[in-house]
Amino acid sequence: PASGGHSLLARISTHFTAFKAAALIQRWYRRYMARLETRRCCTWRIFQSIEYAGQQDHVKLHDFFSYLVDHFTPNSNHESEYELDYESIEVPDNYTGPRLSFPLLPNHATALVEAFRLKQQLHARYVLNLLHETRKHLVQLPNINRVSTCYSEEITVCGDLHGQLDDLIFIFHKNGLPSPERAYVFNGDFVDRGKESVEILMILFAFMLVYPKEFRLNRGNHEDHMVNLRYGLTKEVMHKYKTHGKKILKILQDVFCWLHLATLVDEKVLILHGGVSDMPDLELLAKLDRHKVLTTEVVYEEAEGEAACEREGRAGSCPGAGSAPWAPPPGLPRGHRASRSSSIPCSCGPPWGPGAGRCRQQAGPPRAGRRGAPCPPRQKQAGKPGAPAAHSGGLEAGEPWPETISWSFQVVDILWSDPMAQEGCKANTVRGGGCYFGPSVTEQLLQKYNLQFLIRSHERKPEGYEFCHRRKVLTIFSASNYYEVGSNRGAYVKLGPALTPYIVQYQANKETHRLTMRQRISRVEESALRSLWEKLFASSLDLLGEFKKHDADKTGLITLSAWAEAVESVLHLGLPWRMLKPQLVNSSTDNTLEYKSWLEDLAKEQLSRENIQSSLLETLYRNRPNLEAIFRITDSDHSGFISLDEFRQTWKLFSSHMNIDITDDCICDLARSIDLNRDGHIDINEFLEAFRIVEQSSTEGDTSDCPQATNTDNSGCSKPSKR
Amino acid sequence: MADDKEREGTELVIAEFHKKIKDAFEVFDHEANNTVDVREIGTIIRSLGCCPSEGELHDLIVEVEEEEPTGYIRFEKFLPVMTKVLLEKRYRPIPEDILLRAFEVLDPSKRGFLTKEELIKYMTEEGEPFSQEEMEEMLSAAIDPESNSIRYKDYIAMMVVDDG
Repeated sequence: PASGGHSLLARISTHFTAFKAAALIQRWYRRYMARLETRRCCTWRIFQSIEYAGQQDHVKLHDFFSYLVDHFTPNSNHESEYELDYESIEVPDNYTGPRLSFPLLPNHATALVEAFRLKQQLHARYVLNLLHETRKHLVQLPNINRVSTCYSEEITVCGDLHGQLDDLIFIFHKNGLPSPERAYVFNGDFVDRGKESVEILMILFAFMLVYPKEFRLNRGNHEDHMVNLRYGLTKEVMHKYKTHGKKILKILQDVFCWLHLATLVDEKVLILHGGVSDMPDLELLAKLDRHKVLTTEVVYEEAEGEAACEREGRAGSCPGAGSAPWAPPPGLPRGHRASRSSSIPCSCGPPWGPGAGRCRQQAGPPRAGRRGAPCPPRQKQAGKPGAPAAHSGGLEAGEPWPETISWSFQVVDILWSDPMAQEGCKANTVRGGGCYFGPSVTEQLLQKYNLQFLIRSHERKPEGYEFCHRRKVLTIFSASNYYEVGSNRGAYVKLGPALTPYIVQYQANKETHRLTMRQRISRVEESALRSLWEKLFASSLDLLGEFKKHDADKTGLITLSAWAEAVESVLHLGLPWRMLKPQLVNSSTDNTLEYKSWLEDLAKEQLSRENIQSSLLETLYRNRPNLEAIFRITDSDHSGFISLDEFRQTWKLFSSHMNIDITDDCICDLARSIDLNRDGHIDINEFLEAFRIVEQSSTEGDTSDCPQATNTDNSGCSKPSKR
Repeated sequence: MADDKEREGTELVIAEFHKKIKDAFEVFDHEANNTVDVREIGTIIRSLGCCPSEGELHDLIVEVEEEEPTGYIRFEKFLPVMTKVLLEKRYRPIPEDILLRAFEVLDPSKRGFLTKEELIKYMTEEGEPFSQEEMEEMLSAAIDPESNSIRYKDYIAMMVVDDG
């Protein structure tokens, strides 16, 4: 019947239209989500770039740091100095924090967790006592720790915590406290960046003492006093423990060196912090003296290395040593963007990677008949930089250098390497240490030692974990919301006797659950953009210079394309500026930008206008994180004071290393103006305070606090005795 | 002469496209080796202003994949294909008013909203259906918890503003 047919037709056409309508909405929605995802990735990249740029900065400065360490760090062999010191420390009666007695019992450790959750602080005496016991315990343990699922039925592996106590407490809450049935392995990077590194260490060490068989800690690249100087642990300790901080730091430095390098589960699953190189040698790793590797912060002195190489007639054995020092063979791939490589001094072929590996092998333990290998020129001084093990009294003059180098590299590789999807193994120039290793390297390792898979950490992942290399490598990262609330989840992995990984994810912040993805991304993005604004502002003068170059006709305008090029050439962050343009530049319809007013807007976002003109302040501002680290090194006895003269010398050296043009007078004036209480030396706090005053006053539009030239009649700053 | 100028103009346009495409690609090139996971191609294409359907996306992927698919797309293959897409202005985004009409088709009685169940039904059964995850994410932002429905006009307004 006609009506039936008509309604059928109508139904079909409605259905068809509904189909099309739905498809349209879905198409639009997917594009919207893709835009969100892109923003999220860009945000991630911003954070990463700034962080890596900071790390590269540190690599650049390492030369300078080494020099400072040589000249300011006393070569101290006085280990006994702090050994029994804690016993004399009195705990006041009004102390309400947790008290420890040794040997530790499980309820002590649990009490610590609870106390820290309530924001209490452990008294220095107990801290030192605990560290002392920890060190005693660790010294007996092997480099590679072995656990078995026979004893504890399941093992939980956690990744980087980076001082985020909330995450640790969350893990214990969700997964249960450690016990003989519940084993834990913490895979390094417990400290730095987060504000509660000390508390995390106390908890981890306490549980390790209570359950030595079931609770293990691997060393990460942040368990390293040189890294701590810059990334926050040193600062946190000195801030929380003003009187005994330096003692704590000294013993901590030692404790870090005694941590396990790796953990092996059922001889099948290898857990270590960073990764592996293409020359993995677990036997060597098990035998080496891990205590000698005080720090894995390295910069390779190519020229001196090659000169040394040639002196002993080993030039022939170094690949490519004919033309350039330690130059990689032509085929060696570069793993990073050109924009990043230009700022890394050690990109001319550090002695790692497939080619150099051969050289390294030949530089192994000295064979009979060969006399002590060449010493790099600076070896005569105590604490020679350039080798991982060298700081503070590691090497004597004349000691064979290559042996220490070769196995130290194994440790550097373990703590710093990252997996990559590409085949092969190449230098990890972004981090400045370790390598990028490909799937075949993993396969090689697993086959050689009959392993099933590798668990590592070291890299932030949005979901808290990530499999790669055909599920043979698992990255596990336990610091959630690492950059900002909502930025990433944390995760831990559990292994039962079958060794099947079972992953648990979380985000230790209730708020994030209520936010939609859109809101989460906006928040994180805001934070990333703020950091980016800061960096842009700090380079205002350089940016202006670059913009002017693109504006030959002096119109005051440049194309947006030129803007992108200029910004990248100044900041070297390797960011996709065209993708970020909408967030950084007010949309202009004709594709041009009035750069002067853009820079002015930048300043308004940050500090007051006047500071653009003060290049000294800008330089200081730009180098603020480095300066703190430098001052902490200069202040070798951790007294919190450096003399004005030391400040001047240090600053002069710093300027020359960083190619900053500053006159002596300026430095002197700066020093004097910073010495607020006129007592002849600079309190680190005074220095930081000076910055805060400048920052604060600038936002209020008041410029009177900028360092002014005052009395210039003094011939030099006096050098008072310390303390 | 006019031809030369036109060609020069096009060359400039192409050069600018190349830079845009490179930037977008780099965002997802996590290992800095000029390849991206094939699962991110859709996101990259969309981030460049295009709005393809899933079917169109699939065809594009076939064009940029290797002979033997590796799961990764190389920049060298992606660039020419994407440049052509941009030059031909393919997969234009959907204007707001068309989008509104689409919602209205699903709401024939013109109530001004869709119930949660209706939205789920249409999005997961019609067109190019959503995955569970996509559906949940859309619901979390679109549904007004009190009425358990989506007032689509407001929803569109909110989303479009954000799109920038």
